[in-house]
Parts: sequence; structure tokens; C-alpha cells
Amino acid sequence: MSMSVTLTVNRVPHTVQLDDPRVTLLDLLRERLDLTGTKKGCDRGQCGACTILLDGRRVNSCLALAISHDGAEIQTIEGLAEGGALHPVQAAFIAHDAFQCGFCTPGQIMSAIGLIDEGQAGEDPERVREGMSGNLCRCGAYRGITEAVIEATRSMAEDAQEKAA
Amino acid sequence: MSDVQRMRHGSSIGLPVTRRDGHDKVTGQARFAADNHPTGMLYAVLATSRIARGRVAFLDVAAARAHVGVVEVMVPGNRPALAIHPDDKSVPFSFKMDLLQDDRVRYAGQSIAVVIAETLEAATEGAALLAPRYAAEAVEVTLDAPGAFVPETVGVGAPAEQRHGDVEAGLDHAAHRIETTYETPLQFHNAMEPHGIVAAWDGDALSIDMPTQGLALTQMRIAAFFGIRMEDIHIRSPFIGGGFGSKLLAGPQVLGILAAKLVGRPVKLVLTRAQMYGPVTHRSATRQSLRLGAAADGQLTAIDHHVRTATSRHDDFLEPSGGISHSLYASPAIATTADAVRLDTGTPGFMRGPGEASGSIALESAMDEMAAACGIDPLEFRLRNYAEVEPITGKPFSSKALRDCYAQGATTFGWAGRPLAPRQMRDADGLLVGWGLGTAIFPAMMFQAEARAVLRRDGTGLVEAGIHDMGQGAWTAFAQIAADSLGLDIDQVEFRGGRSDLPNAGIAGGSGHTATAGGAIHAAGGQAIARLTELAVADPRSPLFGAGNVGVVARDGRLVRWDDESRGETYGDILARAGLDMVEGQGSAAADQATAEQYSLHAHGAVFAEVKVDPELGQVRVTRLVGAFAAGRIINPRMVRSQYYGGMIWGLSFALHEHAAMDVRTGRVMNADLAEYRVPVNADVPSVEAILVEEEDPHVNALGIKGVGEIGITGTAGAIANAVWHATGVRVRKFPIALEAFSGA
Amino acid sequence: MNRFEYIRPRSVAEAVAAAAIPGSAYLAAGTNLLDLMKIGVARPGRLIDLNHLPGLDAIETLPGGAVRIGAQVRNAELAHDPEFARRFPAVAEALLSGASAQLRNAATVGGNLMQRTRCAWFQDTASACNRREPGTGCDALGGENRMHAVLGWSEHCIATHPSDFCVPLVALDAVVEIEGAGGRRDIPLADFHLLPGTTPERESVLAPGELVIAVRLPAEAAGFAAHARYAKLRERTSYAFAVVSAAAGLRIANGRIVEARLALGGVAAKPWRAEAAEASLAGAAPDADAFRRAAEIAMAEAKPSGDNAFKIELARRIAIRALTQAAAGTPDRLPALPASSFASNAGAPNMGGLHV
Repeated sequence: MSMSVTLTVNRVPHTVQLDDPRVTLLDLLRERLDLTGTKKGCDRGQCGACTILLDGRRVNSCLALAISHDGAEIQTIEGLAEGGALHPVQAAFIAHDAFQCGFCTPGQIMSAIGLIDEGQAGEDPERVREGMSGNLCRCGAYRGITEAVIEATRSMAEDAQEKAA
Repeated sequence: MSDVQRMRHGSSIGLPVTRRDGHDKVTGQARFAADNHPTGMLYAVLATSRIARGRVAFLDVAAARAHVGVVEVMVPGNRPALAIHPDDKSVPFSFKMDLLQDDRVRYAGQSIAVVIAETLEAATEGAALLAPRYAAEAVEVTLDAPGAFVPETVGVGAPAEQRHGDVEAGLDHAAHRIETTYETPLQFHNAMEPHGIVAAWDGDALSIDMPTQGLALTQMRIAAFFGIRMEDIHIRSPFIGGGFGSKLLAGPQVLGILAAKLVGRPVKLVLTRAQMYGPVTHRSATRQSLRLGAAADGQLTAIDHHVRTATSRHDDFLEPSGGISHSLYASPAIATTADAVRLDTGTPGFMRGPGEASGSIALESAMDEMAAACGIDPLEFRLRNYAEVEPITGKPFSSKALRDCYAQGATTFGWAGRPLAPRQMRDADGLLVGWGLGTAIFPAMMFQAEARAVLRRDGTGLVEAGIHDMGQGAWTAFAQIAADSLGLDIDQVEFRGGRSDLPNAGIAGGSGHTATAGGAIHAAGGQAIARLTELAVADPRSPLFGAGNVGVVARDGRLVRWDDESRGETYGDILARAGLDMVEGQGSAAADQATAEQYSLHAHGAVFAEVKVDPELGQVRVTRLVGAFAAGRIINPRMVRSQYYGGMIWGLSFALHEHAAMDVRTGRVMNADLAEYRVPVNADVPSVEAILVEEEDPHVNALGIKGVGEIGITGTAGAIANAVWHATGVRVRKFPIALEAFSGA
Repeated sequence: MNRFEYIRPRSVAEAVAAAAIPGSAYLAAGTNLLDLMKIGVARPGRLIDLNHLPGLDAIETLPGGAVRIGAQVRNAELAHDPEFARRFPAVAEALLSGASAQLRNAATVGGNLMQRTRCAWFQDTASACNRREPGTGCDALGGENRMHAVLGWSEHCIATHPSDFCVPLVALDAVVEIEGAGGRRDIPLADFHLLPGTTPERESVLAPGELVIAVRLPAEAAGFAAHARYAKLRERTSYAFAVVSAAAGLRIANGRIVEARLALGGVAAKPWRAEAAEASLAGAAPDADAFRRAAEIAMAEAKPSGDNAFKIELARRIAIRALTQAAAGTPDRLPALPASSFASNAGAPNMGGLHV
């Protein structure tokens, strides 16, 4: 039984022949498309390391079957920096030392981008902390993460205003 | 002149340089072990035991093999031979391992087979299809197990019993006595990156991608297992996704190497999260009984600290929780003793602050209880018992800025005016508010490390050391030290690390990596500069000719006269004239026995916590944490702060959250995941602050560095427990603090 | 995870027909089912994918004011629907207090109803569990079972239903729309989940192959909007299941409670509607005495199933909390930490970053 799945990953279309319906989006990215930036921390939706944007929304890619998302648009950590310029969230993570070992970082960054896009938290630290609580960091970089998300929220809003003006 | 004063102008040491691996980590380009995929690679998945003691009676190998995509099933019967038994401990720092040597099961989660398949999905299902049947035996997994014994040593060779003065006399003469027992739980490291390996054989040569905090130790053990030369094993470990002590030694990943040998193809083996609760070590539970005596004025008269802990039935590691009482508070009499039971669990090991973390929460709680008994503010009580010399040995401290830590921490936190009695403060929402304090302490350890430094004719430098970055910032801090040692800008130095084919940089453990490997790098760079200097001062064509007695300093890629900086020349000019492409230096660093005998070597800190507690429901939140730490020279304050934050959050987790719930009937961990083994989430940490207290230490080591990786967990856990008492009036002595404690309040 | 046949029906009728074959399971987001498949608790032979079905993802206001929520509506989508959140604030608060933002973006309304218990022995295939494998026994009895049921349990099973969402839904008389081979039927949510009795493996009234296609809230449910809250006690500040939780809705006129709604979560194998407690509040002043009395009544039948006597008292207290907060009035905007003890921003500390 072989099934074909078409996915747009970081703006590039991929048609994948799936010989196995069990493949999750996470394992598809990591093991079949060599997009290993997305990490597997628990494989059960309990840590957030595998967070990607699926049709624009942040989700745990470990709990999504690839076969079920035929036609989906996916963004991963590898697709953020355009022409070598870091995304504002990426730059803010470096500036605020928002990671240590770096393993949860791709998931944190994708989650932060989802959070900012949702527009519910704004620059309220408590709402940012709550909104980022689906991403565990065992190194304990939460303070830097919160600061980075707030700074990126601010700078992205300013950029958007400038573009509009 | 001590080396401490030799930091160079233009050096980045002490500056908050951002992480040099930051770009790779935020773009997903940082390749962790499991991100590798050599051609022809197969997937291996462990099958692990669901019983904790007994035998594997049957594995349905045929069913697993019949699953589409499964290539091979490795069991004791077909596992490739090893040159030494997995229980062999002849390699230093070895623990007995479970590498399919037989059908015995010693703990739940032990590996009992490995399924190798073309895909991860097939290997995973193949492992499930083995559907083992067992001959199970009754298990013992609690601290009340029979057969308690008194060990000779705890931790790594520390005497299990230490005494100073007469504790019983001290207690007898005390105006205030407390006698309390604290329990700490079974804990697992749970680095975000599960243990994994990609292993590929090429004849007798072995290539490995694997996160390790000890490249050389791991290489040595694997060489012994497979009977091959260390230099034929190449380990790459550029990024470690968190270790916390669980990745110091060769772990169950050795089974991946065996699997690769069995099938003759590269193999990737990654543990599942559930499998992180078996063969990768843990912190054992402890039960600590403390007896403290104090005079009417609050001076301690005795500290008696007894620790009951546990090890596995088959091997020894005993959490050395009593050690904290040796060095922290002045007391004319101190005794620490230990006993232990043997359990049907995996062998415990080094988990962030092994001994210090579990001991600290008990001692700091007891100190708080005694302060309350004496009617003295907890900070004042600690100041009255400030140790001017190490209490148990009488040795002076090489440096100790703990008073400054207390003072700066208290000021920043706003400790003054704290009511003595508990349950006095509420916030605007009616939540109970409490403030607590704990003292942090951690020994400044040194191991052994080597490094190599090269100055090249083009004016750039190369420094090599097999260092390990598990998030503490090794890539950055060592590059800073390397650049400083060579008198070059950091961007002029190529720094190589994270591989086994470089000089042995020891281990990333015991908070000693920066001091040790940094010392080796510093020495290597110093030697390269010295050799370059020899070339210059002996050369009549050099402006430095004859300057040897005056002194020459390296700065910004030039050697200049100490007394006249206008006289000098570039490294490239010196090498070019000498007809050399490069000059090389070797360096090493190790613990200095004489220093250790003369001084007590410790970093210190003071942690202040504010908690809010729902008065009806008992839910606790740590609303502020302020830690002030003195740890000698700070190479990179940005990274050091992050280490303190991380340690303090571990302390928070210790006090309020994490514990493994074992079913005592079966020995299985029933919350072997990240949903119910609760580590803090972002919302648990509204405010954390770390103050870097200045401290210069001319004795501790060449660079004046004390470690910062583990100290943050000490002090913090106790500070939070004490704040919970201050908020509620309920003294909880079993950790983590659970809701039940308040439901009758 | 076992291999399975993957089926992508084009209509609800096709889906229901496909599910008639034994061993079939419906796949919505998969946030619970895939997890259970990974740990071997669920091993369906066929997965029938609901994600491409038309017509299941709408939030519609029906004539008369009832709201109909398609089973495939995502939790986050519903919680952030301004009209829905305005009319049913306790439902939105419950949704946003559950799981993580990532899971809420994926998990569906139908899936939330269908989620299985978090009982550790249910999840551990080496343990005896009557719910997972009828007749094997219950290893949760006699284990460290502090999180287990205190209401409606039996010696065959002491598991709880983990949903937050279902708690206000049951308080507000939600109705479940079900489609099966025999056609469409409605069932009150209060009757949807089953208590364990002697057959804990029967978790809901769904017959094999039946599919939840929507949840309806009646127009009257919006009458509580001014006084509706969800309160949830958990063991970390976020991203944790409830130890106990409560949803409360009040209609207050002239200083008296005209009508009250109260349901509890984390206490039983189903979201627990406390009707007798509600009745005790009708006509009472919305004060501490009335709420304490209601909480006593709500938990009158409770008994510990193990080490969890403390949960009975905590359930009383969370009921009082939810009622008290509801009486104080629904806030204009949901708090930063929904349903939390620490929800208020009053006195919230500044982030540490300001000191650097």
C-alpha cells in the first residue's frame, strides 16, 4: 500500500510516496525530508519540541499523521531566515540568551511565531508565559524566552507599521 | 604574579558575548546526534522490560521479524560478542551495564532486545510485537526495603561518616533543639534530548554521533567493550541537548553500536521518553534526619545529618546528601552519617548537584526551622552562624564572598521588614505570600584536561580541545579564553571542540569544565605565546630583541614590550622572519593537591524566594526568585546568568514539582513521561533574577574560576520550601510539596 | 504503533459506513488517539480520517439562539470565536485552561468528548485495567492513586474523565449530535459518558461506528454569560490536567440567584453535573454560606477510592471558588492565566528583565 502526499514545506512543494500510513509529520520531516531542525523530545505532545506551523497554526508535529495532511502548508525552523537574515524572533532569542542546549529552541521559536500571529498575548509578559507554556525547556531559559518573545512582538509590530506607512 | 591578573587588554573575558553557536541553534542548523543520517542507515528501537526483577521467559522474535521492514532482532543469543562483560568496571568511572548479556532483569526499563528495521515505524512496532513474557520475582523499591547497610563511601569515594566535635554534647547543652526528617523523591534528569546514537562501523573503526559529557571516558569504555583502540573510535558530540549528568558515561547507546555490528550497516538508536526512566541513571530518593542544636543567642552547637538513600541491587552509587553540612554553617560539632538499601531499580548516578541538591533542601529547611525556634530572622540566623573557615576541616576558604551575596540579594529582593511569624502577608487578591531564604554552596572542582593552541603565520589562531557544550556555553566561553590566551580577537581564533580526536578535555561535570578545560586552553595559548616570544627576543632583527627580561605581552595579534607598548611587532612578522608557518603550544590543567589540602574551595550564594499560595486550594506559585552568587572569575556573564537561572528553576522543580511515582508493587515508574513527571513550564517562572557578586580568588585555579552549573539548584529549593512555610504556617517535609499538605489548612 | 488501513471518506455517510467494520476508529486531530496508539493502548486496524469531511467545522447560531459547534472545530478556534466567548465565557475559559496552545490548535470538539482517561494504569499495557481490557482487574486500586475518582466510581474502575471543556458544557445542558448507521440522534452530554459500574470499557453511549458530529448549546445557556466561570486546580501553573475543577453559572436578579449551574471536573469518569447543589442555590443570596452549602451537597456522595480523600475537600473548595467568582461577574477579558488561582494581574510581578 503506497500513498502519495503533497505538502508545501517552507514554500517548497514536496510529493512524498508514503509506504506506511503511520508516519507522523515529525518523522516525515526528520527522517524522510532531512529537515532535522524540528526536534523530537517526547513524541507524545507533552514537550513542544516538535512544534511547527501547519497551515499557519502552531501544532505538535509528533501527533499529526502525514497522510492526513495531504495538501497542507508547513513551516519549520529551516524556513524562517530569508536570504540569510534572521527572523526577528530568531534574532531576539540570541540577544536574550533564550536557550542553552538549543534542543527545544526550534520548537520554542515556531511556537513564539504562532503566538505572535495569534495576537492574544501582545506584550503582556503573563500572557506570553502562558502562551509559551506548551514548550518545555529543561535548561530553564524561560526568562530569556519571555523577553525575546516580547521584544520580537514589539519589533514585528513596528516593522508592520513602517511597511503600512 | 598570579595568572588571574594576566587577563589581557582587549580580551573578551568577562564580557557578555552572545552564544557563538546561537545562529546554528536558532536556525535549526545545529546537528544533534539523532539528526544524522548516513547512507544505508537502519533504525534500532529498544524493547525494555516491564518487570523490575526476574527473567525474560519468552520473546516473540518471529512476530517481530515478520513485521514488514524489520531486518533483525538482537537478543542475548545473537548479540555480537564483547571483549569485556557489561558488568566489568575496570575502566574508570564505570557502572555495570545491561547490554543483553543474559535473560536476567534487574530493573524496569532495562533493555531486553533491540529491533532493527528499515524504518523507524517498523522498528517501533517490531519492538512492541516481541510481547515479552516474564518470570517475575518480588521487588523492593522503597527506602524501607530490608537489609539496610552502612556503606564505607558515598558519592565518588567520600567517607560515609564524618565527624567533628561532640555532637551529642552539643545537643545536650543546646537551648534549642530540633529533630526533623525530610524526604526527597526519586528524580530523573529528563534532558530534552533523549539519549541517542548514530553508529557506523568501517572494519574495526567506529564512527559515532552521540551526545556525551565525557568524550574520552566514553571512548575508553567503548574501546574496552569492543576490544579496539581508542583512536579507532571517532565520536562527534558538537551539541548536547541537555545532560545534567545523565550523559557523562557510555549509556544504553552501546546497544546501537552492537546493532550496527550485527547488521553491518549504520544504525540510529534513540531512546523514547519513557525509556529515559530506566537505564540512564537517576537521583535516588533520600530520607534525611537532621538534629540541630543552638544556644539561646542562635549560635549552632551541633549539626547531625543522617541520610538514608538507595542504590541498585547490582551496583553502587549513593547520593552524598550529607556533604553539604560539612562546609556551610559554623558549628563546634558536626556529624554526617549514611545508610542505604538495595533496590530493584537502575543504578542511580550523577544528577545535577548530586548530594548537594538533595542535602541542601533538607539542611536549609532545618536551618529555617531552627531560626523560627530561636525567634530570629532567617538571614540574621545564617549570619550568626557564618563559617569563617570550613567547619568540618578548619581550613580557610580560598575565597568566600557569601556575606556580599546575602547583602546584595537581600537588598534586591527587599528582605527587610519580613515578618518573623508565618501567614502574615497577603496580596491584593487574598493570596498568601511568603518569603524564604536558602544558602547556596557548591565545591569548586577540577578534573583533568589538555588543549592545543596554534598561532599561524597569517595572524590567526587555532585552539583545539575535546570540550563539551551541553548548553552551558562552552563554545563561547572557551573561545573567549582561547582568544585571550593568544592575545587575539575572538574572531581571529578558530576553535575546535566537541570531538574525540582532539586533546582530551576531560568531562563536562561537577561544574568543573570551564575551570579545567579553560585552564588547559589558557596554558596552551600561553605556551604558544611563550614560544613566539622566544623567537622574537632572541632575534636581533626584532624590535623585541633582548626584551626577555623586561617582559613581553601579547595584545591584538602583536607582541609588545611591557614597558613600552610602541615597541613590538605582529605574530605574522615574527613567524615569517623565522621561516615558520606556525608555532604551537600544549597545555594541561588538573586539580592541585596542595591547594586542595590548604584551602576549602567553594562557590557560594544566597537565594531569596517569594511564593504565593492559594489559601483554600493550596496551589503554590513562585512569584519571585533572586539569587546572588559569588563564583570567582566570570568568563561570560550572559551565559553565567543563564546557568544560574536554570539551576534556580531546577531548585523550583525540586521543591514543588518533579518526582517519579513508582508503583511499589511492580517497580515501574508510572509517570514515565513529561505530562505527569512535571517539570516547570514557562508560566511557573514569572520572575527570576541572578546577581553576579564580585569575587576574586587567587588560589582556586589558574583562571580563578569556580563552577556555576550546579550551585543554583542548591539554596533555591530550600528557599522555596521556607517561603511556603512563611506563607502558610505549614512546614512540609516531604518533597515535592503537594497539595495535600494544605487541604486541611 | 500497529499498521492500519487508512480511509479518507468524502462524507459523513461514507465515514459512518466505513466505520461499520470492526476494528475501525475515527481519526480527528489524533492528539489523543495517536498518543494511545504509540503506547499500545489503542491498536485500531482501520483509521477513518475525519479531517477532510465537509460540514463539520462550523460554529453556527441557530434560529432561536442555540449554538451548534461542528465536531471538527478546533478547541482554539472555538475559544477565540468572539461571539461564542461572549455568550459562553466559562466554556472559553475551560478550553483555554486545557493542554497547550499547540494542542488546542489541533484538538477538536468531538475529540475532546471522546478523550480517554489519563489513569496511569490504563496507559500502562503491562498493568491490569478493566477499562482497557475487560475482566483483567484494576491495578489503580492500591496504587498511588491520589488523582483518581471520588464520585461515581466502582471497584472495577476508579478512573476520571480528563476534559476541562466538558465541565461547563455539561453544566449548560449541552446536547451531543450523533450520526450512525441507524441515522441521527441527539443525547444530552450529561448522559453521554458512562460511569464505570461493572462495564468500565463502555465509556460512552456511542454504539460501535457512531460518530459525534456536533455539540449544541441551547439558547438559555447564554443566559449565564454575566456570571460564568471555570476554576481549575492543577499541579503546575499551566499545561496540566485538573486535580479538580468546577464550572459555575449563575443568573442573578435583585440580589438573589434565580438559577444556578454547577459541574465538577476531575472527580469522576464523566463531567459531574451537581443538580442538587444547583437546586439549593435557587432563590438564595449569592453569598459564602449558600456556596458552602451547595458544595457540601455536591460532594455529599463522595468517597475516596484510595489516597485521595483530600480531593473531596478540594472539590468542595473549587466549587465554592467557581461560584464565588461567577457571582462576582464574568470579567471583560479572560485572565492571562485562565481558570487559575493566579489569574489576576493585580500585584503581578514585573518580568525580571526590567532589572538587567
